[in-house]
Amino acid sequence: MANNTFYNEILTEHNMNPTHKHELPDANFSLEGINPSCGDDIVLNLKVEDGKIVDGAFTGDGCAISQASADMMLDLIIGKSKEEAMHLADIFLRMIKEGNISDEEKDELEEAGILSDIAHMPSRVKCAVLGWHTMEEMLGDKAE
Amino acid sequence: MTDEDREIRKHFPIFEANPSLHYLDNSATSQRPVEVLDAVTKFYETVNSNPMRGLYDISLRATEQYEEARTKVANFINAKDSSEIVFTRNATESLNLIAYSYGENFIKEGDEIIVSIAEHHSNMLPWQQVAKKTGATLKYFYCEKDGEFSLEKFKELLTPNTKLVAMTEMSNLFGRKNDVKAFAAEAHKVGAVFVADGAQSAPHIKVDVQDSDIDFFAFSGHKMYAPMGIGVLYAKKDLLEKMPPFLFGGEMIEYVTIEGATYAEVPHKFEAGTVNAGGAVGLCAALDFINSYGLDFLEKREEELTKYAVERILEVPHVTLIGSEDYREHHGILTFKIDGVHPHDVAAIMDSAHVAIRAGHHCAQPLHKYLGVMSTSRMSLGFYNTKDDIDAFIDCLSSMRSEMGYKD
Repeated sequence: MANNTFYNEILTEHNMNPTHKHELPDANFSLEGINPSCGDDIVLNLKVEDGKIVDGAFTGDGCAISQASADMMLDLIIGKSKEEAMHLADIFLRMIKEGNISDEEKDELEEAGILSDIAHMPSRVKCAVLGWHTMEEMLGDKAE
Repeated sequence: MTDEDREIRKHFPIFEANPSLHYLDNSATSQRPVEVLDAVTKFYETVNSNPMRGLYDISLRATEQYEEARTKVANFINAKDSSEIVFTRNATESLNLIAYSYGENFIKEGDEIIVSIAEHHSNMLPWQQVAKKTGATLKYFYCEKDGEFSLEKFKELLTPNTKLVAMTEMSNLFGRKNDVKAFAAEAHKVGAVFVADGAQSAPHIKVDVQDSDIDFFAFSGHKMYAPMGIGVLYAKKDLLEKMPPFLFGGEMIEYVTIEGATYAEVPHKFEAGTVNAGGAVGLCAALDFINSYGLDFLEKREEELTKYAVERILEVPHVTLIGSEDYREHHGILTFKIDGVHPHDVAAIMDSAHVAIRAGHHCAQPLHKYLGVMSTSRMSLGFYNTKDDIDAFIDCLSSMRSEMGYKD
C-alpha cells in the first residue's frame, strides 16, 4: 500500500513543471494517445530529421504518472535516433509490464527508471506506458 | 468511535479483516453483514436445489425462500403485488430489460424519449440504442449546475409524442434526490411511462412506488448489503403483462411445442433459466437487516455523517464540491475535485492512507462533459461509516497538494 513512494520529488517535479509540455509547430510526427477508462489524453509531437529525433513535445491532460512519464520519455529520446528511441521503449515497456530488466538496462532509462515500481500497480500501468506506446506506434508505423 | 459505531460495525466482517480500512466507496458497492453471508451459506447448506421446478421437499423449500424474498422486496418498496417484482442480476440488467422488452416493442419512429443528463450510463445507453433501432428521437433533460432538475423545464420538453422518460431518483455524482413523483405525474399527463433508476436511492431513502406512481424502478442488491449478482426490476403489472419476454429458455414457459411456446405468468416469464435464489435469499436477509435498525435510523446516521463530511470538505482549500453545498442534497455522496491533482492520483494517495474512494467518470461521462470536468473523485458513505473515516479522508485530502509537490 506504499503508493506514496511513487509520488517522489522527481515525479511530482516532472508533473508540475514539465519541460516538454508545449506545442511543437514544426513537428513532422504527431499522434494522440488516450486511456479511455481514466481519461488520460496526450498528443505527442516529434520532429524527426534523417532518422534522428531532433525535438519533441506533448500536450494534453492526465494523471501525474502519465504526464511525468511522457516528460521523462522526451528528456530521454530527444537527440537520439529512432532506433535508439525504440530500443528504450522496449526496455521501458518490459520494465513496466514484465518487471524484469537488468540493472544496465534500467540505467539506460535514467530518471524514467523510477517508475519501475508501477509494475506492481496494475491500475496504473496504462498511465505509465501511454507516452511510450504512443511513440512506438508513431515511429513503428512510419519508420520504414 | 462510539458504542453505536462499534455495535454496527461488528456485523461487517470486512472491517475485522481490514482493521485500518476506511471504506468510502459505498455508491460503488456496500459491504455485507454477517447476517446476509450466513443466510446465503445456509441456503446452499440446507435447501440447495433448483427452485421453481422440483417436486421434492428441498426444492419446494428453496422455491418458498425465493418467493419470500420477492414478497419482502415488494413490501420494501411498497409494490401493490409481489408479481410486480422481477429478479435480475443488477440495476443495469433491469434497465436493459425495460429497453429491450418495452422500449423496442412499444416505441416507434416519431416518438420521443427523454433522458436526464445525470444518468449513469446504464440508464442512458439502453435508450440511445432504442432510439437508434426504432427511429425515435432522444431528448436530453439538463439539470442546473448544482444538480437540481427544474419541473418547469421538464414540462417544456414534454410533447404528445413523448413516450418514455428515464431519470434517476438519485444521481451517483450529486447524491441529490430527484422528485420522481412530480416528474412522473407530468410524464403521465402526456401518456409517457416513467423509468426511475433507484440504484443509489433504494439503499438510502424510503421508496414507495405506489405513492410516486412511477412505472418502472430498477435497483441492485449489492449496493444495499446484499450479494453481488441479484437485482430488482419493479414494473406495474399491466406493463409487465403486455411486455414480451426478454430472454427465452427454461422456467419462463407454460407450454412448448416445436413450433413455439406460451409463456409463464409474470414475473416468471422474465426470469429465464435457473434463478439466483441464493442471491435473492441474501437480498431478503439484507432487507431484514435494514429493517432491524429501521431505514429511518440508517437515514439519520447517514445524514449526520454527510453533514460532518460536507462541513469539513468545504474547509479544505483548493477543493471544489460538485453539486450543492447543502448537505441535505447529498445523501452520503460527495464528488469533488482538487486543483492541480488528477483524480487517479487522489485515489492512489488516499489508498496509501487506507482510504478507499472512487476516481474517474463514475459511468457518467456526458454529465462530466456538461459540468466541464474531465473526471472527478468521489467519497460515498454508508451507515456503518464513522467520523474517524471522515477524519482520515479529510487529513489525506488536506495534505494532498503538498504530497504532489505544491508549496501552499
